Amino acid sequence: MKLTKTLVLVLSLCLMLVSFAHAGKDLDAVKSKGFIQAGVNGSLFGFGMPDAKGNWAGLDVDTARAIAAAIFGDASKVKFTPLSAQQRFTALQSGEIDVLTRNGTQTLSRETQLGLNFVSVNYYDGQGFLVSKKLGVKSAKELDGATICVLPGTTTEQNAADYFRTNKMSWKPVVIESTAELAKTFFAGRCDVLTSDASQLAGTRAIAQNPKDYIILPEIISKEPLAPAVRHGDDQFRDIVDFSVLAMINAEELGITSKNVDEMLKSKNPVIQRFLGTSPGNGKSLGLDEKWAYNIIKQVGNYGEVFERNVGVNTTLGIERGLNALWTNGGLMYSPPFK
Amino acid sequence: MKHKIPPTSTKPIEAAVPFWRDAGKRAIAFQIVALFIVSGASYYLFSNTQANLARQSIATGFGFWGKEASFEIGESLIRYSAADTYARALLVGALNTLKVSFIGIILTTILGSLVGIARLSSNWLVSKVAGSFIELMQNIPVLLQLFFWYAVFYESFPSPRQALNPIKGVFLCNRGFIFAIPETHSAHAVMGWMFLAVLVGGWFLNRWGYQRQELTGRPFPAGRITAALALFLPLLIWALYGAPTAMNIPELRGFNFTGGLTVSPEFGALLLGLVLYTSAFVAEIVRAGIQSINRGQIEAAKAIALRPGQVLRLVIIPQALRVIIPPLTSQMLNLTKNSSLAVAIGYADFVAVANTTINQTGQAIEGVAMIMVVYLFFSLTTSVFMNWYNKHMALVER
Repeated sequence: MKLTKTLVLVLSLCLMLVSFAHAGKDLDAVKSKGFIQAGVNGSLFGFGMPDAKGNWAGLDVDTARAIAAAIFGDASKVKFTPLSAQQRFTALQSGEIDVLTRNGTQTLSRETQLGLNFVSVNYYDGQGFLVSKKLGVKSAKELDGATICVLPGTTTEQNAADYFRTNKMSWKPVVIESTAELAKTFFAGRCDVLTSDASQLAGTRAIAQNPKDYIILPEIISKEPLAPAVRHGDDQFRDIVDFSVLAMINAEELGITSKNVDEMLKSKNPVIQRFLGTSPGNGKSLGLDEKWAYNIIKQVGNYGEVFERNVGVNTTLGIERGLNALWTNGGLMYSPPFK
Repeated sequence: MKHKIPPTSTKPIEAAVPFWRDAGKRAIAFQIVALFIVSGASYYLFSNTQANLARQSIATGFGFWGKEASFEIGESLIRYSAADTYARALLVGALNTLKVSFIGIILTTILGSLVGIARLSSNWLVSKVAGSFIELMQNIPVLLQLFFWYAVFYESFPSPRQALNPIKGVFLCNRGFIFAIPETHSAHAVMGWMFLAVLVGGWFLNRWGYQRQELTGRPFPAGRITAALALFLPLLIWALYGAPTAMNIPELRGFNFTGGLTVSPEFGALLLGLVLYTSAFVAEIVRAGIQSINRGQIEAAKAIALRPGQVLRLVIIPQALRVIIPPLTSQMLNLTKNSSLAVAIGYADFVAVANTTINQTGQAIEGVAMIMVVYLFFSLTTSVFMNWYNKHMALVER
């Protein structure tokens, strides 16, 4: 029977497709594709946004580049998908992207309910308040009765409500979906306050007509550890993403920069030799080339370089290292040993 | 008749006509197959979704209704705080959608009818102004209009501290339009009930007047009497209660005005945008309805010495309404559905509240289902009412 044969053929083809989709580990898929598809913010200055020439730039973008450098030895083997706050986790779950480097806060519910794993934190953030200097407000405790602009689709709405309830203050939210429209509304004076992660507030202030007219209040009302995330199901890929982030932190601690990394190859320090792969082992354990960490530092830079380049004090954002300093300098950036 | 034919003779005939040749049986067979396919597909979708949600350990069901919402809502018709439940937050959203749709539909119908009649005016200027209004409003996307009006509100009005204060107790600033309202007093409720009572009485009066005119030919001015009573009786009650004049006057305290009543820029912009956009369509519907009336009808009405107002009220409108109501209903539904664009300009309508709920609980399927049910309910209610009205207005054929 011709019909039966065709049916069997079609069915087995379907089954093969299904089994491919399941058996194909994320790492294998990435390797055979030849590039990494990374989900990024798209409109957050300093974290993920194309510059005037259309080149992607930002801390999260550089993190994705570091992963590409580790896997392919080439930081340019990465493609970016701009995602909104509400789309981001679905895009990762459905396999549209391989890794999510989009200022996402690691929380218990996301980790457990969304079928994904966050890796090491690449930016410690917290929710703050941006106000006009004209109001003469010095502390968030003076914001009783204020109108506050917030973005939906984030933890921000809830944090703000919790904070005002705890301090027995009243407020009125103005919730607008688009970041650009929200900023315009705030600058026009519709709201007294704009609340968001402090890094985003710095970014918003940077695009004001006169950034000096606005201040970020000292109170940080929430913990927002921003970390890259991967899907459940491929622990090797997860390790690679995790250690790509950690390699940048470790390099800063060891004093290795993109400038001196070639000299460091000649270093007699066994810790540095192990890290850069001159004494082999780490690469093999991760299933990568022994030069993987060298490639990250050479092509992208250490964490300090990446931070200063994208969000540091000499950029328009002008953010101090603060919590994001190395643990040796009083910050939280700490890498386990590379051995 | 059938039972008279012996069974032996029917058997071969039935066998001769196989069931797939029998149109009736075939139809039933198709129905059953269709039913199986539809229910099978629904079952597959449902169980698949359930299994996937369970695999990703995403919560299902409406258990979150009773949990604390812990987010604030900008404006609300009922008392609400972040400590209330999701169910109450969603109710606030639904009421906000209802508020803007209800007021919007009334204003749209009034403005649309006026513009539609103006479009037919013999005055060149009036007709052209109405024509340009229609063309302009119809051809700019409504979302753009919302952004425009919202920007007008927050860009052009001053901050609360420099609020415009045209008359005592009325303030205009980028926090909205704030005005004084009478302090709550027991007289107000009684006045409201009296007003309602007069309206009900007026309806009976009108019916009686109509019957008398049918019998005797003498008209009775029921409308005018009702209007006078509706105005006078509540005022009388107000005076009997000692004429309370205390006002709840808004004043600037801290960041914002307290007291009085506030129309927020979000609500104002949304209402204005929706009303202007939809009324352009309503105007065209009204114009078409009026133009559908045969000229002879109007000439005949004039010939029996009806005044122009009477021609419009007694001859044109009752007939035009039959053409107007069905498309008017669809415009009302459009307005209700377009109100979900509120999300873009920060008005806390049902979609906005449901979005936040989805984001906080992670239960997108339930959230979207609720959005669908709420809009379906609003639309069907409007539709049922308008269909009833349409039937009421339809030509009674003999």
